Order: sequence, then C-alpha cells, then structure tokens
Amino acid sequence: MEALRKRARELLETGAVDVVIGYGAGSAPDRARAIFVRTPKQADELILDDRCSRNLAVYLMKPEVQALGRPAIVANVPALRSILQLAAESQMADGRVVAIGFNGNGTLTELPTFKAIEEYLAAIPPALTPEELARIATIEKMSMAERFAFWRSLFARCLRCYACRAACPLCYCGKCFVECNQPQWIPAIPHEESNLEWHLTRAMHLAGRCINCGDCAAACPVGIPLNVLTQMLAREVAGQFGLHAGTSSKKEYVLSTFKTDDKETFIR
Amino acid sequence: MIQTRALKKTSLSALFEKLTAAGRRILAPRKNGDQIAFEEIASARDMADDYIQTTLPPKSCVLPRCETILQYRFVGKDVEIQDTPPKAVPTVVFGVRPCDARSFAVLNSVFTWDYKDAFFTSRLENLVVIGVSCTKADAYCFCTSVGGGPGRTEGSDILLTPINADEYLAEIITEKGNEIVALAPDLFGPPPTAKKEDVLADVPVRFELAKLAERLPELFYREEIWTDQSLRCLGCGTCAFLCPACVCFDIQDESNHNGGIRARCWDSCGLSLFTLHTSGHNPRHRQSQRWRQRVMHKFSYFQDRLGYIACVGCGRCARACPADMNLVEHLKALVEAV
Amino acid sequence: MEEFEPKIIAFVCNWCTYAGADLTGTSRIRYQPNVRIIRFPCTGRIDFMLLLKAFARGADGVIVSGCHPNDCHYTSGNFHARRRWILFRRLLDFVGIDVRRIHFAWISAAEGAKWAEFVNDVTDTIRKLGPFEEYRKLVHMGFDPIEVA
Repeated sequence: MEALRKRARELLETGAVDVVIGYGAGSAPDRARAIFVRTPKQADELILDDRCSRNLAVYLMKPEVQALGRPAIVANVPALRSILQLAAESQMADGRVVAIGFNGNGTLTELPTFKAIEEYLAAIPPALTPEELARIATIEKMSMAERFAFWRSLFARCLRCYACRAACPLCYCGKCFVECNQPQWIPAIPHEESNLEWHLTRAMHLAGRCINCGDCAAACPVGIPLNVLTQMLAREVAGQFGLHAGTSSKKEYVLSTFKTDDKETFIR
Repeated sequence: MIQTRALKKTSLSALFEKLTAAGRRILAPRKNGDQIAFEEIASARDMADDYIQTTLPPKSCVLPRCETILQYRFVGKDVEIQDTPPKAVPTVVFGVRPCDARSFAVLNSVFTWDYKDAFFTSRLENLVVIGVSCTKADAYCFCTSVGGGPGRTEGSDILLTPINADEYLAEIITEKGNEIVALAPDLFGPPPTAKKEDVLADVPVRFELAKLAERLPELFYREEIWTDQSLRCLGCGTCAFLCPACVCFDIQDESNHNGGIRARCWDSCGLSLFTLHTSGHNPRHRQSQRWRQRVMHKFSYFQDRLGYIACVGCGRCARACPADMNLVEHLKALVEAV
Repeated sequence: MEEFEPKIIAFVCNWCTYAGADLTGTSRIRYQPNVRIIRFPCTGRIDFMLLLKAFARGADGVIVSGCHPNDCHYTSGNFHARRRWILFRRLLDFVGIDVRRIHFAWISAAEGAKWAEFVNDVTDTIRKLGPFEEYRKLVHMGFDPIEVA
C-alpha cells in the first residue's frame, strides 16, 4: 500500500499523469470506493486490500473523469482486461493510461502500454472459474420450464435503474439502445416483457466483450445475478470460436468477425 | 389522541386473518435471498424478522413502479381515449419503519400540490400503515438528522414497538388505526408498563439540517464541490428508485395497432436522459449538475415549495449505491464547506 | 373447439429466400398459409431483438432464412448472421425459451420447393408445440391496463 502511495505521488509530481484513479476507504469497514487523486498529498488516501474488488476501469470512459486529464489507474485483472477490450474497440489510445496492476498478494506491476498489459495477463487464464461454470451448469440442468420460471422471477424484480449498465466499463454507448424512442424498441415501462428484452439484448451486446468483473450483478439493487448470462455467453464464445474478451488490444470481436467454416447444427 | 395498548407477537397471525377476512390485502416484508421487499403475504409466518431496513421502500403502495393512467383505441382515423379509473385495493402495509412512514406525507405534498392526483390519493386513502419502531440501527441510518426518529409516529396509523421478546407496545394513532383495532379488539390488551424509549435504537444526529438548508442556496454555485463529490457517481437510478421520498416519474405510451396505454413509471434525475430535450440540448449534461440537483431538490427546493425535506434518513441510497456515494458524508461536507 | 393455427413470422433476405419464396408461388407449389414474410436486404440485418418482438406480438414460431454461405449478395452478411444465431440460440435456451420455435435455413432463389417443404415442416412443428402462451403471459400490450408494483 505504501509503495502504491509513493508511486502515485511520483507520477503526479513528475506530471506523468494528472489523476490517479484508485481505491479509498468506503463508508463502511468492508467497503472501498473509487477516489481520484490529483495532488501528491491526496495519495495518502489510497488503499489496497481485500475491500478493493470493484472494476475501476468504468471511470476511464466517464467524460467527467476524462476531463481531469491523463490517468493512472489501480487495476485488478478485470480492470486490465477492460482496458484491453476498450483498446480493441478503439476507445483508448496506447500509452494514454498508466495501469498499475495488482494481484491477490498486493504485488504492484506498472503497465504503461497495452503490450505490457497483454504480457501481464498472458499468465492468467481468462476462462471461467469452476464455481462460475458450476452455477451455469446448475441452471442448465433445470428443465426448460424451470429455467424460464427462474429467470422470469428474477427479471420481474428489475426496476430498470440501469445500475448494471452504469457499472459496466463496456457499456459506454453515448445513446444506449434502450434510449432509442424512434422507434421505442424496448419499452421504458418496467413490465416483464420489456425487462426480459432489456436483459437478453444487453447480454447479446456484451457477448464476447464482457470481461467478467461481476460489477453489474454487484450493482443491482434487487440482486439479479445477470452476470451469469454473459458468463454463459463467454463460455460459448470461447468454446465455439476460441475468443476471449480482454486478452488483446487488437480488434477481434466475435460478432464482427467470422470464419467461413463456423460450425452449427441447426441451419437447414 | 394516541391510545396505547399491548399486542402479543403471537397474535399477529390472528390479526392478519381478521384483516384478510375484512377484505384487506396485506403487504409485509418478506425475505428473498438477501433481499427484503414488501410483498403480499397470506400468513404472519411468511414475514421477515430481525432486519434493520427493507431493500425496497413501501413507496410502491402509493406510487407503483408503473401504472396505467389512460387507455386509447384507434377507431378509423380517430383515437378514442378512455380514462383508466384508479383502482386502489384496500391494503394494510405492515412493518413500515418510522422513517418510511414519514415519507407518505412527503409524497402526498407533491401529488396534491396543484393537482389532486387521483391515482396517488386513492391508494393513500385505501392504505393503512402499521409501523414497527426500530430497536436497531446501522451506520447508514440518519432519521434523527432530518427530523425523524426510531420511534416516531408520523405517517403510521398504528405504531408497534417491540418492548420485549413477546409483545409490542401498540400506539393507535389515527382513525384508520382505530378501525383496524375494531376488527380484532380482543387481540389488543391493556397498555404495557414498559417504556417505548427504553428499547428504541440510538441514532445519533449526524449533521445540522438547519445549517445545511441555510448554506445550500450559496453552495449551489460552488461547481468544484459538486464535481468532486460526484466523480465516482455512475449515474444510475438506484438511489432515486430506492428512496421512499423520491417522486420523479416518466410518462410512456405503449401501443399496438389496436390501441394502447399511457403509463406512469419511476424515473430518476440521476439519469442523463432525464433532462434531455428533443433539440438535443441537455441542461444537466454533467453528472455534477445532476448530483447537485438531487441534493438541492431534496434539501432546499422541496422545503421552500412544499414545506418538507424530501428525505427521511432511511439510508437506502447509501447502502445500495454501487459507487459508495454516501449522502450523509456529502451533506456533512456541504455544511462544513469552506 | 377451434383447432390452433400457429402464427409464424419469417425474417428472410431479399436476394435469396424472398426470391425463392416467390419462385414457390410462380411454380404454383401450395404450402400452409401460416407464415407472414418480412423482407430484409440481408440476414446480416436481422437483429435478434426483432425475434423477441415477433414473439411478443403474437408469433408462435419464427423463421429466419437467407443466402447460403458464400452466396451472400453483400458477401459476408450471412456469415455474421450465423455467428449471431449460434450465440443467441444458446442464450434463449439458457433462459428457458423453447428454441424449437425458431427455425433457420439457407434457401436460395432457386429453391422454391425447399421453401415450401421448410414452411410446411416448421408449421407442423409449431402446431404440435402449441401457442406460445408462456411468452405471451409476460406481455401486456395494446389496450389492457398494466400495473407493476
């Protein structure tokens, strides 16, 4: 933690960056929050411990934060993957952000370029964990009617607060599809049909792009585990097409590329 | 005149049966995983116990997430409009905390201000609030900072305080409360000797409301304060939707080739779309402006226009905020701003 | 009791399947009349959201059909569509929506007979599955008032 504060001070003092996006103490003993350190003195507020689990990369796409200038970011693995995915989607310039990667041991690694991030992440398999796969499998074992009832009861709770969208670093569209009202594809009224359409369409928009930080589900005020949808799709994208989001800064989006011999069994 | 009685916890089942027999729908807190929401229950056994606050407020009893306000049919080239009559179901909402109970008056001030909103008023008229005082609070509670308290009676028709493991001290506050007691008079015994104040939670005052209200008009112009406070805000609707005192709504039409409905649904001033004009101009295009609006509206404009602070100190916004925006912390910072 | 006749919406591409369906007609091949055809320039244009909309508006089954791989009028639209359907079908199945209600085919402008056979087969399948009540239960459309607490 002291090493992080020291480095943050250095980066600010030398003018290498204008803001260090990191974690600070939150409003409860078990919570951390994003802080935006702009002076060397403020660097003392930076923390680095078990509380620091949220993906701070979402702030890299916020205009108010971008206006602060060149950022450094304290980045866990999902945040690093977010940066690569944003780079692959031409949302980030190489060398613009100084990523300070950290792992479970608290070891810091400074990653000033996309190549550096790619090499750092190369040692970490992007696949889903056994627990995540097991949760998907539990749902897949249900009958079709059970699955529908399961998801239906969850989506019925959805308030359409869009916290999931707001928390996601890959949901940066200036105008989200749900905000289109000519025509109003997805009704703004939070009835079951529109909630289902919202979640399914959003999941598809994240297929092959979601880097599995889980912040969407963590942000949901009514406890919908909607990251399970994108996890399942990530498993399919990896299994069927060999692609993983957030592993490369080069564009290879599953739905904008193809192989002429992509396999399927259901088209006659 | 508030009458005090005793109600055994074991009598709740019988009370609910009497209420159901009298045609009242009962809404009470129910656990669903780690969520607690007000849901229709059949039996007192289904209720959640031992919690500080529900996830969602009882606001939906009077202002549902979405409700139809008119219907229309396409008849040739014409549109035939049919008013949807407000259909309030006689309801008893049980387990409302004193903070939430105070919110009904705040909501009512908006919906009976310059126009009597029949959808709201009919629901409120048909609603009986049985509150339950707080014997526990957490670090997010701040009812006492906004004129409330863990055992206050405003907004409740009956307020129950659990004075020991077996029984409630029941305060019968309004005529509606009397009507409920009249449905099951044998269940309400003579007033207990224990004092309500002895069991109420301790909720320290966290900031000076008067000082805040005094400073806000001038703090409005301090852009850097609002920007600093809102840098981590993600601009979602969680705080507004979970707030018992937030009233913002959106009007949406939805139709097919036969006809359609016009519905009112919850909306949030925190969302950038909220103030987007059809021209493309957005007077609150920065999150700092939207954050400022939230605070000014609740703690300044609402007081000036309608005589209420549009916040009851329930703490849901801070508990649920994915970015850990903490209203009390921010309000304190505003009061103390140099 | 009236026998259930399924409503099927077909999203087809202009250059192959739509022309193929036209050939079915000019060849005077008769087939079941349950399908309503919606013409797109290319299967690559068919948004998965539209399939959900078809079910919401009362379709019991959906057909998606276009040019064979390598024959797309726009070169690669159908390749993109194929990937989209592979993933979307998995998502639908995962949330318990019956993927037997959605049928995909590559039908060229010369395959008038295949179109008829395909439509007949899909119609029979959907008829056996019955009306898509589970989905329509979610839907409040048109004139009926709705309230969500």
